[in-house]
Amino acid sequence: MRDKLLYLLAAVAAVLLTWNIYKIFMVLPAEANVAAYKIVYFHVPAAITAFCGFFVALGASALFLATGNLKYDAFAAGVTEVALAFATVNLVTGSIWGRFAWGIWWTWDARLTSMLTCWLMYAGYMMLRRAIEEPTQRARLSAVLSIFGCVNVAFVYKSIEWYRTQHPSPVLSIRNGGGMGPGMEAPIYWNWLALACLATVLIMIRMRQEQVSREIDSLRREAHAF
Amino acid sequence: MDNREFQFVMLGFMAAWIIVVVYVVTIVMRERKLRRELDRVRRMVEAPGKRAER
Repeated sequence: MRDKLLYLLAAVAAVLLTWNIYKIFMVLPAEANVAAYKIVYFHVPAAITAFCGFFVALGASALFLATGNLKYDAFAAGVTEVALAFATVNLVTGSIWGRFAWGIWWTWDARLTSMLTCWLMYAGYMMLRRAIEEPTQRARLSAVLSIFGCVNVAFVYKSIEWYRTQHPSPVLSIRNGGGMGPGMEAPIYWNWLALACLATVLIMIRMRQEQVSREIDSLRREAHAF
Repeated sequence: MDNREFQFVMLGFMAAWIIVVVYVVTIVMRERKLRRELDRVRRMVEAPGKRAER
Protein backbone atom coordinates (compact mmCIF):
# COMPACT_ATOMS: atom_id res chain seq x y z
CA MET A 1 0.00 0.00 0.00
CA ARG A 2 2.78 2.40 1.02
CA ASP A 3 4.81 1.51 -2.06
CA LYS A 4 1.78 2.04 -4.32
CA LEU A 5 1.21 5.49 -2.82
CA LEU A 6 4.90 6.28 -3.30
CA TYR A 7 4.80 5.29 -7.00
CA LEU A 8 1.52 7.16 -7.50
CA LEU A 9 2.91 10.37 -5.99
CA ALA A 10 6.12 10.03 -8.02
CA ALA A 11 4.05 9.61 -11.21
CA VAL A 12 1.89 12.65 -10.35
CA ALA A 13 5.04 14.71 -9.67
CA ALA A 14 6.62 13.61 -12.98
CA VAL A 15 3.49 14.41 -15.01
CA LEU A 16 3.00 17.79 -13.31
CA LEU A 17 6.65 18.78 -13.70
CA THR A 18 6.68 17.84 -17.40
CA TRP A 19 3.46 19.76 -18.00
CA ASN A 20 4.74 22.78 -16.05
CA ILE A 21 8.06 22.89 -17.91
CA TYR A 22 6.17 22.77 -21.20
CA LYS A 23 3.90 25.59 -20.04
CA ILE A 24 6.72 27.74 -18.64
CA PHE A 25 8.85 27.50 -21.78
CA MET A 26 6.26 27.20 -24.55
CA VAL A 27 3.07 28.94 -23.37
CA LEU A 28 4.09 31.77 -21.04
CA PRO A 29 5.19 34.91 -22.88
CA ALA A 30 8.92 35.58 -23.14
CA GLU A 31 8.73 39.28 -22.31
CA ALA A 32 11.54 41.38 -23.70
CA ASN A 33 14.45 41.90 -21.28
CA VAL A 34 12.62 40.21 -18.39
CA ALA A 35 12.21 36.67 -19.74
CA ALA A 36 14.61 35.44 -17.06
CA TYR A 37 11.68 35.88 -14.65
CA LYS A 38 10.89 32.25 -15.58
CA ILE A 39 13.52 31.19 -13.00
CA VAL A 40 10.93 32.36 -10.44
CA TYR A 41 8.76 29.35 -11.37
CA PHE A 42 11.29 27.16 -9.58
CA HIS A 43 12.69 29.70 -7.11
CA VAL A 44 9.36 30.45 -5.37
CA PRO A 45 7.86 26.91 -5.29
CA ALA A 46 11.17 25.61 -3.89
CA ALA A 47 10.96 28.21 -1.10
CA ILE A 48 7.31 27.37 -0.30
CA THR A 49 8.15 23.63 -0.23
CA ALA A 50 11.13 24.26 2.07
CA PHE A 51 9.12 26.48 4.43
CA CYS A 52 6.24 23.98 4.60
CA GLY A 53 8.81 21.26 5.38
CA PHE A 54 10.40 23.31 8.17
CA PHE A 55 6.96 23.92 9.72
CA VAL A 56 6.03 20.23 9.49
CA ALA A 57 9.38 19.45 11.16
CA LEU A 58 8.50 21.97 13.89
CA GLY A 59 5.23 20.08 14.54
CA ALA A 60 7.00 16.70 14.61
CA SER A 61 9.73 18.07 16.92
CA ALA A 62 7.12 19.49 19.32
CA LEU A 63 5.32 16.12 19.27
CA PHE A 64 8.60 14.37 20.12
CA LEU A 65 9.21 16.72 23.06
CA ALA A 66 5.63 16.13 24.26
CA THR A 67 5.55 12.33 23.86
CA GLY A 68 9.18 11.17 23.78
CA ASN A 69 8.34 8.91 20.81
CA LEU A 70 11.43 8.61 18.58
CA LYS A 71 9.26 8.08 15.48
CA TYR A 72 8.41 11.79 15.53
CA ASP A 73 12.11 12.61 15.74
CA ALA A 74 12.85 10.40 12.73
CA PHE A 75 10.03 12.09 10.81
CA ALA A 76 11.32 15.57 11.72
CA ALA A 77 14.84 14.62 10.59
CA GLY A 78 13.58 13.27 7.24
CA VAL A 79 11.38 16.28 6.55
CA THR A 80 14.13 18.75 7.52
CA GLU A 81 16.66 17.07 5.23
CA VAL A 82 14.29 17.21 2.23
CA ALA A 83 13.27 20.81 3.05
CA LEU A 84 16.96 21.77 3.25
CA ALA A 85 17.50 20.40 -0.28
CA PHE A 86 14.67 22.63 -1.57
CA ALA A 87 16.03 25.61 0.40
CA THR A 88 19.32 25.05 -1.46
CA VAL A 89 17.42 25.12 -4.78
CA ASN A 90 15.81 28.40 -3.66
CA LEU A 91 19.12 30.04 -2.72
CA VAL A 92 20.99 28.94 -5.85
CA THR A 93 18.23 29.85 -8.33
CA GLY A 94 17.77 33.18 -6.54
CA SER A 95 21.46 33.90 -6.89
CA ILE A 96 21.34 33.14 -10.64
CA TRP A 97 18.30 35.39 -11.06
CA GLY A 98 20.09 38.13 -9.06
CA ARG A 99 23.10 37.92 -11.39
CA PHE A 100 20.79 38.52 -14.35
CA ALA A 101 18.53 41.17 -12.80
CA TRP A 102 20.93 43.08 -10.53
CA GLY A 103 24.29 42.15 -12.07
CA ILE A 104 25.49 40.56 -8.82
CA TRP A 105 25.44 36.97 -7.53
CA TRP A 106 24.85 38.00 -3.93
CA THR A 107 24.06 40.98 -1.73
CA TRP A 108 23.63 41.19 2.03
CA ASP A 109 20.01 42.29 1.82
CA ALA A 110 17.46 41.36 4.51
CA ARG A 111 15.76 38.53 2.60
CA LEU A 112 18.90 36.92 1.21
CA THR A 113 20.81 37.15 4.48
CA SER A 114 17.93 35.80 6.58
CA MET A 115 17.40 32.92 4.13
CA LEU A 116 21.12 32.09 4.23
CA THR A 117 21.00 32.17 8.06
CA CYS A 118 17.98 29.86 7.94
CA TRP A 119 19.83 27.47 5.59
CA LEU A 120 22.90 27.50 7.86
CA MET A 121 20.73 26.81 10.92
CA TYR A 122 19.12 23.73 9.35
CA ALA A 123 22.48 22.58 7.95
CA GLY A 124 23.65 22.85 11.57
CA TYR A 125 20.65 20.72 12.57
CA MET A 126 21.81 17.96 10.19
CA MET A 127 25.38 18.19 11.50
CA LEU A 128 24.17 18.10 15.10
CA ARG A 129 22.35 14.84 14.37
CA ARG A 130 25.53 13.28 13.04
CA ALA A 131 27.58 14.49 16.00
CA ILE A 132 25.45 12.94 18.78
CA GLU A 133 25.24 9.14 19.02
CA GLU A 134 22.82 8.71 21.91
CA PRO A 135 19.34 8.67 20.23
CA THR A 136 17.28 10.37 22.97
CA GLN A 137 19.75 13.18 23.56
CA ARG A 138 20.16 13.65 19.81
CA ALA A 139 16.38 13.82 19.36
CA ARG A 140 15.87 16.30 22.22
CA LEU A 141 18.58 18.74 21.10
CA SER A 142 17.51 18.47 17.45
CA ALA A 143 13.88 19.17 18.37
CA VAL A 144 14.86 22.33 20.28
CA LEU A 145 16.99 23.53 17.34
CA SER A 146 14.15 22.79 14.91
CA ILE A 147 11.75 24.91 16.98
CA PHE A 148 14.24 27.81 17.15
CA GLY A 149 14.88 27.45 13.41
CA CYS A 150 11.23 27.97 12.64
CA VAL A 151 11.28 31.41 14.24
CA ASN A 152 13.87 32.27 11.60
CA VAL A 153 11.60 30.85 8.86
CA ALA A 154 8.82 33.23 9.94
CA PHE A 155 11.33 36.10 9.83
CA VAL A 156 12.46 35.13 6.30
CA TYR A 157 8.82 35.06 5.18
CA LYS A 158 8.03 38.53 6.55
CA SER A 159 11.41 40.14 5.74
CA ILE A 160 10.32 41.40 2.30
CA GLU A 161 7.43 43.26 3.92
CA TRP A 162 9.42 44.66 6.84
CA TYR A 163 12.55 45.74 4.96
CA ARG A 164 12.58 47.40 1.57
CA THR A 165 16.02 46.34 0.38
CA GLN A 166 17.26 44.69 -2.81
CA HIS A 167 14.88 41.72 -2.97
CA PRO A 168 11.52 42.49 -4.66
CA SER A 169 8.52 43.03 -2.39
CA PRO A 170 5.69 40.42 -2.43
CA VAL A 171 4.44 39.80 -5.96
CA LEU A 172 1.93 36.98 -5.49
CA SER A 173 -1.69 38.08 -5.09
CA ILE A 174 -2.16 35.77 -2.07
CA ARG A 175 0.37 38.00 -0.27
CA ASN A 176 -1.39 41.18 -1.39
CA GLY A 177 1.24 41.74 -4.05
CA GLY A 178 0.56 43.26 -7.44
CA GLY A 179 0.12 39.86 -9.10
CA MET A 180 1.93 38.62 -12.18
CA GLY A 181 -0.60 39.17 -14.91
CA PRO A 182 -3.37 36.87 -16.13
CA GLY A 183 -2.42 33.21 -16.24
CA MET A 184 1.16 33.81 -15.10
CA GLU A 185 0.71 33.16 -11.41
CA ALA A 186 -1.05 29.77 -11.65
CA PRO A 187 2.06 27.86 -12.90
CA ILE A 188 3.85 28.84 -9.67
CA TYR A 189 1.18 27.01 -7.63
CA TRP A 190 1.14 24.04 -10.02
CA ASN A 191 4.91 23.79 -9.78
CA TRP A 192 4.66 23.99 -6.01
CA LEU A 193 2.18 21.09 -6.09
CA ALA A 194 4.63 19.08 -8.23
CA LEU A 195 7.53 19.84 -5.88
CA ALA A 196 5.34 19.03 -2.86
CA CYS A 197 4.55 15.59 -4.38
CA LEU A 198 8.27 15.05 -5.07
CA ALA A 199 9.15 16.15 -1.52
CA THR A 200 6.52 13.75 -0.08
CA VAL A 201 8.04 10.86 -2.08
CA LEU A 202 11.53 11.73 -0.81
CA ILE A 203 10.26 12.03 2.78
CA MET A 204 8.56 8.62 2.52
CA ILE A 205 11.81 7.07 1.26
CA ARG A 206 13.72 8.75 4.12
CA MET A 207 11.15 7.37 6.60
CA ARG A 208 11.73 3.86 5.25
CA GLN A 209 15.47 4.36 5.64
CA GLU A 210 15.01 5.48 9.24
CA GLN A 211 12.97 2.31 9.83
CA VAL A 212 15.78 0.16 8.36
CA SER A 213 18.29 2.06 10.55
CA ARG A 214 16.25 1.27 13.66
CA GLU A 215 16.06 -2.40 12.59
CA ILE A 216 19.86 -2.48 12.17
CA ASP A 217 20.32 -0.94 15.63
CA SER A 218 18.01 -3.48 17.27
CA LEU A 219 19.73 -6.39 15.45
CA ARG A 220 23.11 -5.06 16.60
CA ARG A 221 21.89 -5.00 20.20
CA GLU A 222 20.63 -8.57 19.72
CA ALA A 223 24.01 -9.61 18.30
CA HIS A 224 25.85 -8.11 21.29
CA ALA A 225 23.52 -9.99 23.66
CA PHE A 226 24.86 -13.37 22.44
CA MET B 1 14.05 35.90 -25.29
CA ASP B 2 17.57 36.94 -26.25
CA ASN B 3 20.56 34.64 -26.00
CA ARG B 4 21.80 36.03 -22.66
CA GLU B 5 18.38 35.67 -21.04
CA PHE B 6 18.01 32.15 -22.40
CA GLN B 7 21.40 31.23 -20.89
CA PHE B 8 20.32 32.50 -17.46
CA VAL B 9 16.96 30.70 -17.58
CA MET B 10 18.68 27.46 -18.60
CA LEU B 11 21.34 27.95 -15.91
CA GLY B 12 18.60 28.46 -13.30
CA PHE B 13 16.61 25.40 -14.34
CA MET B 14 19.71 23.22 -14.66
CA ALA B 15 20.96 24.29 -11.22
CA ALA B 16 17.57 23.45 -9.67
CA TRP B 17 17.47 20.03 -11.32
CA ILE B 18 21.11 19.19 -10.60
CA ILE B 19 20.57 19.87 -6.87
CA VAL B 20 17.43 17.68 -6.81
CA VAL B 21 19.11 14.87 -8.80
CA VAL B 22 22.26 14.93 -6.62
CA TYR B 23 20.06 14.70 -3.52
CA VAL B 24 18.04 11.79 -4.99
CA VAL B 25 21.31 9.99 -5.89
CA THR B 26 22.58 10.39 -2.30
CA ILE B 27 19.28 8.96 -0.99
CA VAL B 28 19.55 5.97 -3.37
CA MET B 29 23.18 5.36 -2.34
CA ARG B 30 22.22 5.56 1.34
CA GLU B 31 19.39 3.06 0.71
CA ARG B 32 21.84 0.57 -0.85
CA LYS B 33 24.33 1.05 1.99
CA LEU B 34 21.58 0.46 4.58
CA ARG B 35 20.35 -2.71 2.79
CA ARG B 36 23.93 -4.09 2.72
CA GLU B 37 24.39 -3.23 6.39
CA LEU B 38 21.05 -4.88 7.27
CA ASP B 39 22.08 -8.10 5.46
CA ARG B 40 25.47 -8.08 7.21
CA VAL B 41 23.95 -7.59 10.67
CA ARG B 42 21.27 -10.24 9.99
CA ARG B 43 24.00 -12.75 9.08
CA MET B 44 25.91 -11.71 12.20
CA VAL B 45 22.82 -12.42 14.38
CA GLU B 46 22.01 -15.71 12.64
CA ALA B 47 25.59 -17.05 12.87
CA PRO B 48 25.73 -17.61 16.69
CA GLY B 49 22.28 -19.21 16.57
CA LYS B 50 23.44 -21.70 13.95
CA ARG B 51 26.60 -22.41 15.94
CA ALA B 52 24.46 -23.14 19.03
CA GLU B 53 22.23 -25.51 17.01
CA ARG B 54 25.31 -27.52 15.96
